[in-house]
Amino acid sequence: MGTWGPGGCGPHHVLGLCSYSNCFREYFVHKFRAMLGKNRIIFPGEKVLLAVSGGPASSAMLRQVQEGLSRETAKRLRFIPSVIYVDEGAVRGQSPAQREQSLACMETLLQATGFPYYLVHLEQLPASILRPGPTTPSEPNVSYKEAVEGFIQQQRQKGYGDQDSGTSLPGPGNGESPEGPPSAPRLPAAALTQELLKLFGAVQTLTAKEELLQMLRIHLILHTARTKGYTKVMTGETCTRVAIKLLTNLALGRGAFLAVDTGFKDDRHGDVMVVRPLREYMAKEIAFYNHYFNVPTVIAPPLPTKRRDKPSFRHIVENFLLGLQKDFPSTISTVYRTGEKMSADHAKPSCESQRCLLCLCALDLDGGEWGGLWGGIRRLGAL
Amino acid sequence: MFDGVKKHQVTLPCQPEPWDIRNLLQWIKENLLKERPELFMQGESVRPGILVLINDADWELMGELDYKLQDQDTVHFISTLHGG
Repeated sequence: MGTWGPGGCGPHHVLGLCSYSNCFREYFVHKFRAMLGKNRIIFPGEKVLLAVSGGPASSAMLRQVQEGLSRETAKRLRFIPSVIYVDEGAVRGQSPAQREQSLACMETLLQATGFPYYLVHLEQLPASILRPGPTTPSEPNVSYKEAVEGFIQQQRQKGYGDQDSGTSLPGPGNGESPEGPPSAPRLPAAALTQELLKLFGAVQTLTAKEELLQMLRIHLILHTARTKGYTKVMTGETCTRVAIKLLTNLALGRGAFLAVDTGFKDDRHGDVMVVRPLREYMAKEIAFYNHYFNVPTVIAPPLPTKRRDKPSFRHIVENFLLGLQKDFPSTISTVYRTGEKMSADHAKPSCESQRCLLCLCALDLDGGEWGGLWGGIRRLGAL
Repeated sequence: MFDGVKKHQVTLPCQPEPWDIRNLLQWIKENLLKERPELFMQGESVRPGILVLINDADWELMGELDYKLQDQDTVHFISTLHGG
């Protein structure tokens, strides 16, 4: 990780901060486009749902998409973005008034982007979503060009008369989509909130609560993507987050699924693919970018916990890695790059009954099959 | 942690030796931090994962703890730690 500041940019520093920040900005924007360009997964004209929590990383991602769409033709991003925000205020211990306030902040922020957006509540998670969507038949070794042609043909077959549906604000729906004119965001019924709190109350440790929240959140996002016709979802995990997640998930016994849990593309859900375009940005770069270019963020309170010391696996791993990173600045990128070598094969279930309902990965039922997990531990142990 | 206040404009008391970031952090700990100092400080420095910007530049370029504060300096603390 480099150091950022007026002096960190070679000869530019004599010209002052202004030209320095231009340089940093170009680098930052280019990296985003290059990440998408290199992986060639998102098709021109495809509807993409950006999962934005209001935190630094996903807010920076939102800004990158805005930047990418405002560029000259040759460099412009060519997909159709919308944004989704999941209100988790209930499980984060916010009062109804605080939730309303966070929602209003978020709504103002999202309105300013001009993209269509959805504000959804974790309470709105229907029970029926705990099953994978239909897998779209995709030949594995097809070239990007052929894939794009296939995609365009599919769109034509669907008789895409409603082309503009992705670019205009979604109409009034069943409480999931925002109303056209700004109005006070409504909270879900208290009974639903109670149900949700009961579920989280039944979960004993913060580690398990964090996992559960993560899984329910992605299910809700995927459910929305599915019902609204999105085929890709973008999330904002940074390199730092990916490294922390790699080690946390190893500790949680999810070693066999590291590749789908942290990789650039996550196609375990069948019809909707999750893409992580910020994987090569350090949390530090994001923080500096947001600071220099006034990217607005809305900070959600952490999950409440009684334990002060070592509240969860993730906290312990975060402390460990960031503490090492301070004295050994390549720690995080080394863990990240080691994670790149993981294969996603172990996550694929052989049949539907072998699939975990929550994380949709293969159930690891045979005690003898330690391959994925051990492979992961050995590789990370060799750091 | 700081009473929910984002911006603090402070006038530091006079002291014989010039103020540096090391003293400033100690002063913040004693005067501004309201609860759980361990979430902000570790030893005499900030906790790993909290970035320090002195006049919009990374403090790593400015001498970190030894940077001598000047009149009208702005110091930002940005957390990259994840809440949950």
